[in-house]
Amino acid sequence: MGKLFAVVVTVIALVSAAIFAFHVWWLPPDISTHGVRIDRQMNETMVVAGALFVLGQLALAGFVWRFSAGERGAPRPVKSFPGGPTPLVVLATVLVGIEILVLTFVGSKVWADVYQTPPAPGALQIEVLGEQFAFYFRYAGADGKFGAMHPEMMNDATENFFGLDPANDTTARDDIVVGSLVIPINQPVVLEMHAKDVNHSFYVPELRIQQDFVPGLVIPLHFTATTPGKYELVCTQLCGLGHYNMRAFVEVKTQPDFAQWLKEKAAAL
Amino acid sequence: MIARVVAGLVVLAVGGSAAGGGPPHRGLPAGTISGKVTYTGTLPKLRQIDMSKEPNCVTQHPTPVMTQDAVTGPANSVRYVVVYISAGDQGAPAATDTVHYDQKGCLYIPHVAAMQVHQPLAIFNDDPHSHNIHPLARVNAEWNKSQPKGAPPIRTSWDQPEFIPVKCNVHPWMHGYFVVLATPHSAVTDSTGEFSLAGLPPGKYTVTAWHERFGTQSQEVTIGGSESKTANFVLTARPY
Repeated sequence: MGKLFAVVVTVIALVSAAIFAFHVWWLPPDISTHGVRIDRQMNETMVVAGALFVLGQLALAGFVWRFSAGERGAPRPVKSFPGGPTPLVVLATVLVGIEILVLTFVGSKVWADVYQTPPAPGALQIEVLGEQFAFYFRYAGADGKFGAMHPEMMNDATENFFGLDPANDTTARDDIVVGSLVIPINQPVVLEMHAKDVNHSFYVPELRIQQDFVPGLVIPLHFTATTPGKYELVCTQLCGLGHYNMRAFVEVKTQPDFAQWLKEKAAAL
Repeated sequence: MIARVVAGLVVLAVGGSAAGGGPPHRGLPAGTISGKVTYTGTLPKLRQIDMSKEPNCVTQHPTPVMTQDAVTGPANSVRYVVVYISAGDQGAPAATDTVHYDQKGCLYIPHVAAMQVHQPLAIFNDDPHSHNIHPLARVNAEWNKSQPKGAPPIRTSWDQPEFIPVKCNVHPWMHGYFVVLATPHSAVTDSTGEFSLAGLPPGKYTVTAWHERFGTQSQEVTIGGSESKTANFVLTARPY
């Protein structure tokens, strides 16, 4: 029985490691300028953590095999801890601890370089509203100014998702509100993220971006997309019954296509 | 509150007798009030509904779909106005036919459904995906129910008169109204703004027109015998 367990542990460890090593289920191709660093960090983490995982599981299987009951009778005696090879246990703990700390520090640096740097000057500003259970996006329109948000005026029935007051606020009249995030390639974009009700999350795997919405906070998020196409944006914070259906599409267009799209939307107002 | 309870009891009693069959007000002369609802003023600009989140629904609408909160027709007519007898009802038999409310192409059809308290209401999902219908009732009990594709209709009714906004919890642009009335005499204006309330025995009635954005208006109409009277309403539209 013990030997069978050792074999099963070995097979599970090797198969699951192979799934990662051969990228059987992997992230879709990156379409952002910063994504290469996220991918590199992800690879490093996977290699280091994966190597330790495989070594650990193989050691476990080896010990189970060696100390399980043999054909000739009782299992070999096993030393208990504390009391056994204390230096070896301490050394293993320290090594794993150092590895985790190093991954944390190196990973935090990559994360901070993406999330905590200011956006490039002249970045295209887009407001995002997460609500149960959809995303909406707002562009400033011809005047380049966003109308103020009035939560008490938010009304889904009139498509006033952002609570604009066009009767009194002239800057709100040309604001373009849509249900897809449309962005131009190779231009920095900065999103100002608002939550209407509860926590949501903005996750576009191709953009290597995942950021929470928090009610009461305006969270800036910036990135530059490099490949035209249509990608799915999903909410990754369980936000209620309809969470499974909270999504939108990100359409990355060439600069002329984007300009044309913006013009059409402005004309339709 | 007492009036509501009494009205409820009357409706219940009448509902019981209606179950026995027979046309409304058998033997009595019945008049009709019909008319047209129009608007003056400036209409709000309708916005195009963005359904891109639900590609199924996008493909169901080859032309852009606009918000339905101020739908107008030829000659300034207003659609989706509920016209009903708000006073003067003489205990007409309760409405027993089932009101159908559809979810199709990520829209509520009809946008506004008028019904009497306790009148059967059936809600259908004709879309190849889920909806979650959420009537925002305050007087009646509020509920919301998921309805996956192919699910049987939700059969329900309302206990108290109330104007209930209805929304879909997964498609924020979907909005409609359940207008629950004490009277069985109600109509929703059609695409030419016209309505007709038939089967009214002689008497003095208050006829009320309600629109979700343009407000409420009432007028008194007296019916003597089997006559047809006209009651037109002119609502005031505001751009915002």
